[in-house]
Amino acid sequence: MTEATLDRREVVQSLLDRREGLLVVAGLGSSAWDCTAAGDTPLTFPLWGAMGLACMVGLGLALAQPRRRVLVVTGDGEMLMGLGSLATIAARRPGNLAIVVLDNERYGETGMQKTHTAYGTDLAAVALACGFAKAETILEGAQLAALRASVHGDKGPIFYQVKVKRDAAPLVLPPRDGAYLKHRFREALLGETKTSR
Amino acid sequence: MEPDAPLDWPSAIHRALKSHRVSQVSYVPDAGHKRLIELCHADKDMVVVPLTTEEEGIGLAAGAWLGGERAVLLMQSSGVGNCVNALTLVSNCVFPLLMIVTMRGERGEFNPWQIPMGEGTPDALRLGGVRTVRLERAEDAFATVTAAAKLAFESCGAVAVLIAQRLIGAKSFEEKP
Repeated sequence: MTEATLDRREVVQSLLDRREGLLVVAGLGSSAWDCTAAGDTPLTFPLWGAMGLACMVGLGLALAQPRRRVLVVTGDGEMLMGLGSLATIAARRPGNLAIVVLDNERYGETGMQKTHTAYGTDLAAVALACGFAKAETILEGAQLAALRASVHGDKGPIFYQVKVKRDAAPLVLPPRDGAYLKHRFREALLGETKTSR
Repeated sequence: MEPDAPLDWPSAIHRALKSHRVSQVSYVPDAGHKRLIELCHADKDMVVVPLTTEEEGIGLAAGAWLGGERAVLLMQSSGVGNCVNALTLVSNCVFPLLMIVTMRGERGEFNPWQIPMGEGTPDALRLGGVRTVRLERAEDAFATVTAAAKLAFESCGAVAVLIAQRLIGAKSFEEKP
């Protein structure tokens, strides 16, 4: 495996810049910090726990909001804990759901232990085998424009495994209060009067 | 009242879910949930999501609520043990959660491997912050599930309806080799 060259912050920034109506679920750890670094907004729901569930939160949201694009941004470790959710998503085939896994082949928050992708697990191949409409691995900066266009426009479910460098980026933390994160998301999406719906 | 209607408890549960506008139904199957799952699949107002493992349904329900929809999660009691860490999503964010759990390891159980998790189910749910309510009699199905749905969606509570093995019947299990 050649050394990864992509910077995770730049990848996420390019996805979330001018995001318009995009709804985002961020998996716990670095992926959530990356999304917050691109701008803390109500329509990003960052997870601080529930490891392995980011894609399923994205599926529930995508099914509830079929007219909005939903993007799940998560890490390789978080994705590996919920591999079955790729089969579950493929069973429903939501056309508005995209998943981007920032794959540094390490558990970044716990001491940089190797994840299974370091030992050869090909997450994009898993997603494709589960039945995703499209699943690819992104290795180079030249692919980022096409990645962005696909995430914002291609019919889902689509899956991208983006190989990123192992460098630790500065911590940019989202709010930690889960009830607050939930309320602000629903207010921004559904309007204040519908938050108890 | 029609004599047979109150005994069709899966249909009563389905009606209770509809009366609370539940539109996403996820499940890991159980023989006891067979008819309810079929009713939900046949319902054009419900999106049905088969899961590979039960905790997926906790994430799905949270996402549904973020998007303005209501979800229910169906499973058998052996699946409750898979949900423990996922339930922290519910307690931290105060998400509504409605689970309907068919009990194994109770009356007439033929499979000893079902018994430990069946016996541990109420405590496991309690530790995860989920209230439990028992459903023992077919005629209570609509009222029990309606009340549980109200607690979940109007009070943002986490609640599991535990359907007694006595109600499901152990016959079909006993007939298996």
